Amino acid sequence: MIYLTRRATFSASHYYWNEAWSEEQNRAVFGRCSNRNGHGHNYTLEVTVAGEPDPVTGFVVDLKWLKDLIEREVMEAWDHRHLNLETAEFAATIPTTENIAIAAWKRLEPAITAHTRLSRVRVYETPEIFAEYRGEGA
Amino acid sequence: MKAYFGRRYMLSASHRLYAAGLSEEENRAAYGKCNNPHGHGHNYFVEVLVGGKVHDETGMVMNLVELDAAVGARVVDRFDHSNLNLDPLFVNLVPTTENLCRAVFGLLKEALPVGMLDRVRVEETENNFFECCAE
Repeated sequence: MIYLTRRATFSASHYYWNEAWSEEQNRAVFGRCSNRNGHGHNYTLEVTVAGEPDPVTGFVVDLKWLKDLIEREVMEAWDHRHLNLETAEFAATIPTTENIAIAAWKRLEPAITAHTRLSRVRVYETPEIFAEYRGEGA
Repeated sequence: MKAYFGRRYMLSASHRLYAAGLSEEENRAAYGKCNNPHGHGHNYFVEVLVGGKVHDETGMVMNLVELDAAVGARVVDRFDHSNLNLDPLFVNLVPTTENLCRAVFGLLKEALPVGMLDRVRVEETENNFFECCAE
């Protein structure tokens, strides 16, 4: 089994806020991330697929195809956007790094499954902080 | 829904690789430059991966403030700017990065909520790293 990873970067703004909580509680749990004016990051998205190399091409998956898929499904929706205010999945879900990883998986998984298996999505919010999602139950 | 959250920390420490059960010559053969009697140091990067349910209220697996507190108290405060050979954990254990990685995993497993620690990765230099996973 070979694991193949493609990396892409996007820049977006967000804030953390739970509408069900008081302002005080939001500040206590989310700290500076709760500033309602938002703040931004350069995110790095890593998409890992798993499979056997094709006997003819030697590819697990065509990297150009994967690049274009990431561009179409994720970058066009999120790059240079305010995640809370401009994206459907974070209208009612807090755009934490964990939830961004899950949302990226949901955007990519259906198209990838037709060709190979999506193994892991990893999202770096900064070089020191990242979240991973490996699908239901993994 | 289960997801994983990772965070990187740096600690600077010195060590000397020397196995008491080996002769001086065998030590030099096994450890090379790392056997230098006066030790040497590294900027280690410790990457901690925790896994668990994404809480509906916070959208988080674990608040990074809590993770920082645990890693700070148990690992960074203990090893940063120290000589690893002098730590009680390494009195009878060679402080290779394999052993450091396993020690860090053990310290954090005790400190974090049960079942959450998934993996510890310790990078000794840009070109080598070691990982210890939940069994």
